Amino acid sequence: MAFNEMLAGDGSIRPPYAQYADWFDAQDPKGLAAKTLEAERFFRRTGITFAVYGQDGSPERLIPFDIVPRIISGAEWRRLEQGIEQRVIALNAFLEDVYNRQEIIRAGRVPKELIATNEAFLPQMMGFRPPGGVYTHIIGTDIVRTGEGQFHVLEDNARTPSGVSYMLENRETMMKMFPELFAMHRVRPVENYTTLLRRSLSALAPAGCDGAPTVAVLTPGIYNSAYFEHSFLADQMGVELVEGSDLRVVDGRVAMRTTRGYKPIDVLYRRVDDDFLDPLTFRPDSALGIPGIMDVYRAGRITIANAPGTGIVDDKAIYSYMPDIIEFYTGRKPILENVPTWRCAEKDSLAYVLDHLSELVVKEVHGSGGYGMLVGPAASKKELAAFAKKLKARPKNYIAQPTLSLSTVPIFVKKGLAPRHVDLRPFALVSDKVKIIPGGLTRVALKEGSLVVNSSQGGGTKDTWVLED
Amino acid sequence: MLGRAADGLYWMFRYTERAENIARLIDAAAHMALTHTDPADDGWDSVLNSVGGHTAYCAKYEGVTGPQVIDFLLRDEDNPSSVLNAVYSARNNARTVRTALTRDAWESTNEFWLETSRMLARPVKASDLPETLDAIKRHTALIRGAFHGTMLRNEIFDFARIGTFIERADNTARILDVKYYVLLPAVSFVGSSLDNVQWESILRSVSAHRSYRWVYDADIQPAKIAEYLILSERMPRSLTFCYQKIRDSLTNLERDYGERHAAHETVGRMLANLENRMIADIFDQGLHEFLLGFIECNNRVGNEVAEAYRFY
Repeated sequence: MAFNEMLAGDGSIRPPYAQYADWFDAQDPKGLAAKTLEAERFFRRTGITFAVYGQDGSPERLIPFDIVPRIISGAEWRRLEQGIEQRVIALNAFLEDVYNRQEIIRAGRVPKELIATNEAFLPQMMGFRPPGGVYTHIIGTDIVRTGEGQFHVLEDNARTPSGVSYMLENRETMMKMFPELFAMHRVRPVENYTTLLRRSLSALAPAGCDGAPTVAVLTPGIYNSAYFEHSFLADQMGVELVEGSDLRVVDGRVAMRTTRGYKPIDVLYRRVDDDFLDPLTFRPDSALGIPGIMDVYRAGRITIANAPGTGIVDDKAIYSYMPDIIEFYTGRKPILENVPTWRCAEKDSLAYVLDHLSELVVKEVHGSGGYGMLVGPAASKKELAAFAKKLKARPKNYIAQPTLSLSTVPIFVKKGLAPRHVDLRPFALVSDKVKIIPGGLTRVALKEGSLVVNSSQGGGTKDTWVLED
Repeated sequence: MLGRAADGLYWMFRYTERAENIARLIDAAAHMALTHTDPADDGWDSVLNSVGGHTAYCAKYEGVTGPQVIDFLLRDEDNPSSVLNAVYSARNNARTVRTALTRDAWESTNEFWLETSRMLARPVKASDLPETLDAIKRHTALIRGAFHGTMLRNEIFDFARIGTFIERADNTARILDVKYYVLLPAVSFVGSSLDNVQWESILRSVSAHRSYRWVYDADIQPAKIAEYLILSERMPRSLTFCYQKIRDSLTNLERDYGERHAAHETVGRMLANLENRMIADIFDQGLHEFLLGFIECNNRVGNEVAEAYRFY
């Protein structure tokens, strides 16, 4: 039985949801159904969409929004916050080490080949220290819950985490539709995220930048599925939203083409992958990047957030070493647990995984978005046999984890409330200090029983409340 | 601001203006088709010529008929200036410059697209045509209202205005040029019902059939129509009016940036040719030649603005 965040095992309401449950019982279901439609109209009119199709009349897609908030108590949050902060500090320390002295490898805590064979590892970053020693400025930590006080980190997104605009728009929508709920509850604010983001980015401007740094957001363009978020963040921060074609290197600095000529940029929040960043250094066919930006970067004349090469920590084999990594750099045990992970590269683990394939989730180490993944309990015999073959052929390419029983939070359906599985992506900002926004993006599997929360596969989102208590 | 953003604003408003102008043209032509009894009616031909779509149309269709032309102008994907394509382009440009727009300005443009792509998903039935055209005009009015009511009067505003008025001037000049011969004194038979319908149609296609009567007599005279649509400083779709607005915006940019460009000079010359001018003068010069020259200069201004402010 999955842990229900609203209802305790004995049928009583868990404390964070007490007031909400009273309020909900007093509502007219018809009125709430109308609110759901109202929210949808609002999202469509505002253009909060995540994929653009051609002009064939098919509308851009909305991520379904559920009007029941996910509520986290202040005490629960404090532990999450400490755990995320510890993890984020360790991730940055690890990245700095990997690209400099590699002490963790010399100490034998992480195998060398895991770095050397990592597709996201960039030799161009060796020996270079970005401003402030910060590699990953904006991090989304995917967290799942399995019980009272039981939180696990499922994944670290240190490359270019997305979803924060949904966190902000979900909150704005809820405040517009249910002001009375915000009067009843003391919900910690998330609205200052973009102010904090701008401050955080500005704090890491290159040495020698005097006055207020010029910040810009780099997007691949309007056809990118996350374009709404890129324009939203630029807009809210009050900075320019640039594309590769707007930028060029002028007098040793990266500059954007304005109506008055080229203007240098100090900090670039890029939402373009490493591979496409600089056609002179990486993919020569990239039209999204800026020729020569890596030279400017290495000369210390622009800050790129997140730094190129941070993607190595998104790797699932590295993830399995996170408890060691945290201990190595912080001297403490991890506050938030990892999900137990078998590295198929190791002989004993591989044998175990092959024996228990029908119970496990197997993932590619470099994969993301649920591609190339096996969900053992949902797979047919034929699929299991086929996957076992792939596993034996390239064991290094895989890790395996137990199938977790994700916690549930109710969503609003015709009959009232119905439990659905959720995860949580809080966002952390790193500059000279770490800031974690109370809440994050809750993704919810809208299909009954489903454990897949991805928006591309029928997942929705909820507003996430952290209560002041 | 980014040069690409200036470009996006300019085209967002050109395309929005275009969508509106096409709706007006269809409205006027459909109206004329109802009042006109002559079977050799050239109303739809003129419309195709006014939007410069004759070649593209003929490549695809046999014969010029109302329903086909209407579908071509409203929905055809191969017609870059169809309302559907114009709205799509306006909205795409709006997305690229979203950070330069107020929420109201963006949402009105987004809603225009949502609504238009729904209305124009299938061919529009004759009985639904008036409602569809009204909806297009209403949405463009909403965009204009949101824009004027909420946008800061800065460079963003000026680039948008330049786009609007270059498109509008082009539209008015083309409508006049396609029908220039019915405006010439030599060929017109004062009072003939055919001419009256033609004249009425020209005025209607720039929504000036009522205001004309406020300014002039109830009796429509061709030279007065030309005067009104070319020289009036108060008629918001006349060439002079458009160019005064373009000059105002370019003057603002000159003051903001402290730079004068070729576009400023060209616009100055064009206005010198319009302000304090008598319509008889233009007839002497040749109305057709005058309009062709104007359309060419108008294009040049667009290119000069793009170059001066680093659109590309």
